[in-house]
Amino acid sequence: MEMGNDVALSVRNLKTYIYTNNRCNRALDGVSFEIRQGKTLCIVGESGCGKSVTAASIMQLLPTLSRIEDGEITYHGPDGPVRIDALERDGAKMRAIRGKEIAMIFQDPMTALNPVYSIGFQIKEMLRYHTSLGRKDRHSKAIDLLRSMGIPLPERRVDEYPHLYSGGMRQRAMIAIAMSCNPRILIADEPTTALDVTIQAQIFELMDTLKRENGTAIMLITHDMGVVAELADDVAVMYMGNIVEAGPVGKVLRKPVHPYTRALLDSIPVLGRGKDQEIKAIPGQTPDPYNRPTGCQFADRCAYRVSACDEMPPETMVADDHRVMCWRYQEFMADAAE
Amino acid sequence: MQPNDPILTLRDVQVHFPIKSGILKRTSGHVRAVDGVDLDVYRGEVLGLVGESGCGKTTLGKAILQLVRATNGTVTYQGDGGETELTTLDDAGLFAFRKRLQIVFQDPHSSLNPAFTIFGSLEDPLRHYGVKTRKERRKIVGDLLEAVNMRRESMDRYPHEFSGGQRQRIGIARALSIQPELVVCDEAVSALDVSIQAQVLQLLMDLKREKNLTYVFITHDLSVTEFLCDRIAVMYLGKIVELCDAEELYSNTLHPYTEALLSAIPVADLDRKSQRIVLEGDVPSPVNPPSGCPFHPRCRYAQPVCRTDVPQLRRYRGKSGQHLAACHLIDHPLAD
Repeated sequence: MEMGNDVALSVRNLKTYIYTNNRCNRALDGVSFEIRQGKTLCIVGESGCGKSVTAASIMQLLPTLSRIEDGEITYHGPDGPVRIDALERDGAKMRAIRGKEIAMIFQDPMTALNPVYSIGFQIKEMLRYHTSLGRKDRHSKAIDLLRSMGIPLPERRVDEYPHLYSGGMRQRAMIAIAMSCNPRILIADEPTTALDVTIQAQIFELMDTLKRENGTAIMLITHDMGVVAELADDVAVMYMGNIVEAGPVGKVLRKPVHPYTRALLDSIPVLGRGKDQEIKAIPGQTPDPYNRPTGCQFADRCAYRVSACDEMPPETMVADDHRVMCWRYQEFMADAAE
Repeated sequence: MQPNDPILTLRDVQVHFPIKSGILKRTSGHVRAVDGVDLDVYRGEVLGLVGESGCGKTTLGKAILQLVRATNGTVTYQGDGGETELTTLDDAGLFAFRKRLQIVFQDPHSSLNPAFTIFGSLEDPLRHYGVKTRKERRKIVGDLLEAVNMRRESMDRYPHEFSGGQRQRIGIARALSIQPELVVCDEAVSALDVSIQAQVLQLLMDLKREKNLTYVFITHDLSVTEFLCDRIAVMYLGKIVELCDAEELYSNTLHPYTEALLSAIPVADLDRKSQRIVLEGDVPSPVNPPSGCPFHPRCRYAQPVCRTDVPQLRRYRGKSGQHLAACHLIDHPLAD
């Protein structure tokens, strides 16, 4: 891990809009964050909040009818900073970064692997494009990767097709593909949502090891606060295209300032708190993304709404590493300190 | 909850699905989805049925409702009119009986017919069970929608106009329309966002109190069961491996599988971080379950005896004196 300059990727005021039928969904409306080497940033939020669009923007894998309208994504690679948002989507430069420097694990291992190619072929494909390894070396590297992911009998399994793998094994094979070129950044979009908890624990163990041993910077997208508590160093809470609160996991989970973060934490049953725990549902539902409120996106569901909320609150630093988007943050700061 | 008042009694229930292969479609083996389950569901309780995918929890839920017929064993219902043995009922008998047992399905997007209005979907059970006039049905459907916190007018709209949480509430309204006594909730909140999940959980609890219902709550999420259930049955490969009061399951875990399952759940509480017990490998195939204890290939305490003998559910003292677990290595079972 480099000292002092450990930022692997920074995103500044990113705005990604998606268009359909002459309507515009401002999926990301000014998002800023950093991913640090050897750390895990968890992005947490409900469906439709823009977490996956953030990942797709970084990987330049956005759907055709969408555009990065504003802001910058900077990859701090070994050869100095690269502005990813300025690169051509399918250009040589982007293709050299995608997969080699920044790799991604997708949510659904059942559909992300190509069923007509063997697992080994799909791993070796990465090595063929991104490394100078010869044919035999690629094969043995693929076997090594599968072995390190805990796949039994990798020499035989390497030539098998995805349908012969179980869900957990497919997800591990996908991580093997993602890790094949030792990327500096790993983006995981809900990597365990489709898996059972015992398999999820295996995947988390694996990701923790990667972070510790290779210093990989991890951006983990999830909707599960439990996963955040378990894995995150930093956390960013998203709601309808904005990061409403961000900071180190200890601060955000122990002393949340934004009403949405608080409501989210109050609405989930927590293991170990027994039957008497009170869960408070958040009233209403997320607004229509094509017809958003003008001000604070959470205002309609918020118990602390005031007239100021009709305008979008600015991002405010409440500590040097903790920021929040809420007009009434000072009041919430005061009672979080109690 | 009266502990001695079972509403439903399952004895040695097995559901085996044949695997046909070859051109003659000969049976080459069986998927032992549910493999000998004894279970009592008490009147007025919430019984949680938890386990990983493929453990047979959904099949067991369907076997209770006779949506899947058990290949062996008995499912006995004790209602006001005495005992009824469900497994031997014919279609006509079941039709009359379905009024008492209802199910809420997992996926709110596929469990409502997209071509029917909400009223169309909800009036069907009412018509079949004796509400003759349309006017009356409209009134009942309206009341039901209000009971699940939706507007009466929603009944003339189509499923695609509603969000996932709203559809799940419509699913609940449909299950409750003919006033069942027992409702099986099959992963009823798993497909929902967390903030919506809390709304539906609260609704289910309120309705239970109001209408004096009994729930069998099938889920893979142990944080939800802790909050919701009175008793919890943990399943693994078609068998119940542990069954006890919800509180007891978390404070005095006996079975090694439950222990690993609990430790694997990410807890949204930084002060309660526990050591993960990582199980090796996957759940074995129910076509070819391991010999002896089905959990032994993944169990970190496994002994030679676990490979050869199938452990039976035995009773342990625990706090309630009603703690059942199936493991050779837990000492001091109570004599029956």
